Amino acid sequence: MFDSLAAATMDTVQQVAQATAGTTDSLFVAIMKGFSNLAIPVILFVVVVLGFIKKIKVYETFVDGAKEGFSVAVNIIPYLVAILVAIGMFRASGAMDFFIKILSPLTNMIGMPAETLPVALMRPLSGSGSLGLVTELMNQHGPDSFIGRLASTMFGSTETTFYVIAVYFGSVGIRKSRHAIASGLIGDLAGLLMAVFICQIVFG
Amino acid sequence: MNYIWLALMIISLVVGAINGQLEAVTKAAIEYAGVAVDISLGLIGIMAFWLGIMKIAEEGGIIRLLSRAIRPIAKFLFPDIPPDHPAIGTMLMNIIANWLGLGNAATPLGLKAMKELQKLNKSKDTATNAMVVFLALNTASITFIPMTVIAVRSKLGSSNPFEIISTAVFASTCATIAAVTAAKLIQRLPNIRKSDPNRLADKKEKGGGDV
Repeated sequence: MFDSLAAATMDTVQQVAQATAGTTDSLFVAIMKGFSNLAIPVILFVVVVLGFIKKIKVYETFVDGAKEGFSVAVNIIPYLVAILVAIGMFRASGAMDFFIKILSPLTNMIGMPAETLPVALMRPLSGSGSLGLVTELMNQHGPDSFIGRLASTMFGSTETTFYVIAVYFGSVGIRKSRHAIASGLIGDLAGLLMAVFICQIVFG
Repeated sequence: MNYIWLALMIISLVVGAINGQLEAVTKAAIEYAGVAVDISLGLIGIMAFWLGIMKIAEEGGIIRLLSRAIRPIAKFLFPDIPPDHPAIGTMLMNIIANWLGLGNAATPLGLKAMKELQKLNKSKDTATNAMVVFLALNTASITFIPMTVIAVRSKLGSSNPFEIISTAVFASTCATIAAVTAAKLIQRLPNIRKSDPNRLADKKEKGGGDV
């Protein structure tokens, strides 16, 4: 355990050193990256040591908790099949092009390049699908073009709403999601519009 | 969800027929069913790992400590949850994992939080207000290190792959505020209020005299 913690610390130190050699704002980035590399080892260390101090039988307790891993994963299957099949069919049908045609006059009005519209529509539906579109756009226009930066920001600005809802509710057997989708999509819409807005200010 | 699923299905089939893509649509259905199972089964190991760690954290008192630390915010976001409940601490861990871009840890921690929230749910198949707010936090999720897209950018030769962090954090913060505000406002609508499982159960408990 201590070995891997030490190794992770070394990695982080190296990364910080490498990143600080670059541009000025990369110090922030290096710190954030160091944080995320160290987060899990630190959490594990604190949890296990504190458990030991409190005289908990750590091994037995771990196994007891871990038992439920299988049932949680299996519970998700029907929900995820339902939503991914629907999304897969939607993508394959070419319906996306139809929506792009309807929406493109609107997005032109707010100064959003038409090329990024598919990313916006795909983002709540499919993580890998939207990442594919972002990669494709950056390949075509370059990662440092306005389109490339906007597409990257869009991707980083929200999660895959339908996937999160299917997995989270599916794991506990919730079928009636009430207003979860509406709130999630309003968040997505706000995120996408704000991505356009902030990119125009920062990179425009 | 019913209407959205129905709409996705019907639009796909109708548009697929018009475009002559029905074969591709059917193929996608079968393929994605398999993908869904792969994803779910792929979660077993990491899920078991984090559930084990979380059990130790719970019995060691760490989760309660975390819950106490954010009591004021938790009271506002999740008024239905007792402030010392392990659901609060678990949700906080999920949100921190999201911030740090630890996708592998965020999902198991989020599912553990859902489990805790479900214990407070009086109906087992309907989402509570707290669950919807938690999902709103997750679907918009702020990430300070969006590693995936940064990796793609640097692979494609970006001169500064990280420059989108500030814009993405700004946009996702706005998204989170919008999603939570929407969840909080929509839950007041009469129809949504009526379907609140905890409210329904309260009514029943208070006695059937006024029914």
